[in-house]
Amino acid sequence: MTVTTPPAPVRTVTPVTGTAKRRVTRGRLGLHAFLMVVSLAFLAPLLLAVYASLRPYEETAKYGYFSLPRHLSFDYYAKAFNDSGMGKYFVNSLIIAVPGVLLTLFLASFVAFCVTRLRIRGGLVLLMVFTAGNLLPQQVIVTPLYVLFTKIDLPYWMSDSMTMYDSYWAVLAVQVAFQVGFCVFVLANFMRTIPDEIVEAARVDGAGVWAQYWNITLPLCRPALAALATLQFTWMYNDFLWALVFISDGDKLPITSALNNLRGQFFTDYNLLAAGSVIVALPTVLVFLLLQRHFIAGLTLGASKG
Amino acid sequence: MPLTTARRAKRRGPRRFTSRDLAVIGVLLGIPVLLDLALIWGPTLASIGLSFTSWDGIGDIHWVGIDNYKTLFTDYPPFWPAVRNNLLWVAFLGLVATPFGLLLAVLLDKGVRFSRFYQSTLYMPVVLSLAIVGFIAQLVFSRDQGALNAILANKNDPVDWLGDPDLNIWMVLLAAAWRHTGYVMILYLAGLKSVDPSLKEAAAIDGASETQTFFRVVLPTLRPVNIIVGVITVIEALRAFDIVYAINHGRNGLELLSVLVTDNIIGEASRIGFGSAIAVVLLTVSLGFIVTYLVQELRGGKKG
Repeated sequence: MTVTTPPAPVRTVTPVTGTAKRRVTRGRLGLHAFLMVVSLAFLAPLLLAVYASLRPYEETAKYGYFSLPRHLSFDYYAKAFNDSGMGKYFVNSLIIAVPGVLLTLFLASFVAFCVTRLRIRGGLVLLMVFTAGNLLPQQVIVTPLYVLFTKIDLPYWMSDSMTMYDSYWAVLAVQVAFQVGFCVFVLANFMRTIPDEIVEAARVDGAGVWAQYWNITLPLCRPALAALATLQFTWMYNDFLWALVFISDGDKLPITSALNNLRGQFFTDYNLLAAGSVIVALPTVLVFLLLQRHFIAGLTLGASKG
Repeated sequence: MPLTTARRAKRRGPRRFTSRDLAVIGVLLGIPVLLDLALIWGPTLASIGLSFTSWDGIGDIHWVGIDNYKTLFTDYPPFWPAVRNNLLWVAFLGLVATPFGLLLAVLLDKGVRFSRFYQSTLYMPVVLSLAIVGFIAQLVFSRDQGALNAILANKNDPVDWLGDPDLNIWMVLLAAAWRHTGYVMILYLAGLKSVDPSLKEAAAIDGASETQTFFRVVLPTLRPVNIIVGVITVIEALRAFDIVYAINHGRNGLELLSVLVTDNIIGEASRIGFGSAIAVVLLTVSLGFIVTYLVQELRGGKKG
């Protein structure tokens, strides 16, 4: 399997004759025109949202979205952020996503380590149980989990609802359990590419299982872990359903689910809603732009197996 | 969990874990396995069990056999529209968005200039949550304020893109495809980069056209990616939820099985048994694809 995507080989077109060369350039122009049109079409809704969010609603209502701006400002951003208490919802998202990502990667990497390095019996079955679990539709497990969480009592210092239901713990636990499946799959594929000899040598030197895992295997997995961390953060941040079902107190909602409530407040003012959406989308877009390489590696690490 | 070294015993010789090793393995392997069983597979089985009951979440659990399924198939108006929409979702993502993503990947793989810009732009939507995609869809498609009606300049007779139950599913599919295309494209792009260029050269020398080379040589070597993309497409189509929920809570033409499950368990009418039956229908369809995929993975794993 291929783990890292090698840089695209430089393809040099060596034209045989003059006509061939001309055909190539014309083909290239058409290709660029096509890609440009598609790219702009893909960007357009985002640009529209940003543009709308910078203009007063009265203006777009009167002149339409495609009129030239008479007045541009960040007023809507300030309004969306302050009036709706978005800061609080961002914190909620972080409370769930940060430990979620760390725990998921830690647990998944150990499972992958056991399956690929220790080669425990039933490892393949284990791998399948985790992978298949990640592919189940969330709605299949939502009902029993809902019931389960209402039955689990937590002390007050852990949850002011006194149950697992309506607490961050519920969302965190499900996120971790669900995403471990994906990470185990990717990390196991990655670990298979690490030469056996490295761990073997440590074993001969008397390294225990923990040392083989923590000191030797994990540092070698850094590229895969970075990729998965980027991806997992985006996914956990974007989660909508878990929080919607397992949290009833509006103040505890993470930002993506909270936006649904905000819409109620904003419903007459699409430009304000646009500003809210842009604010919510900003962290994932930033993560993507800054860590693009990792993000893409995370998506493709498991996929280019062959 | 019994630990052996059977598979590699010949090469490595017998190996024993110290009791400390066993403790580490027991705890650190135990926790994720327990989590997975307790929060993923246990609830899956429970869903199947509950689907044969009339439980409302509070009172006693009464066994009702296949009553829920009977009601579901014959006397629950939103069910068949939801099934139809889920199938449309599979068809649209599978027949339109996925091939389009593949096409873009093939074009970008030609090594065009600015390909980084194109790539970034095309998969930007992938990082947006489907909920945000739902809101942006409203900006574009809404009847009075939407950008699409503004482009069409039909102010006197605006089309209600998201409100008209005959139209809205297509608009939502377009929005979902917007996100899916980029996802598929990255996966194929990675796959294409790992295709041995000498294969293509050999085909070219044999006089194969570019199209022939692609369909006869390149695509078959992409088999593992094709399978992953296929599974992702179907699973995403069956899981679809956020986008319609964000638009109109999945009503009025946008029914989906996932929404029906959610509707039946949260809110005042807590029909857990009935909701579970819908979930089981969803599960049955998904499992078909999951099993196919795992068999494929297993075969690949044995080979490798």
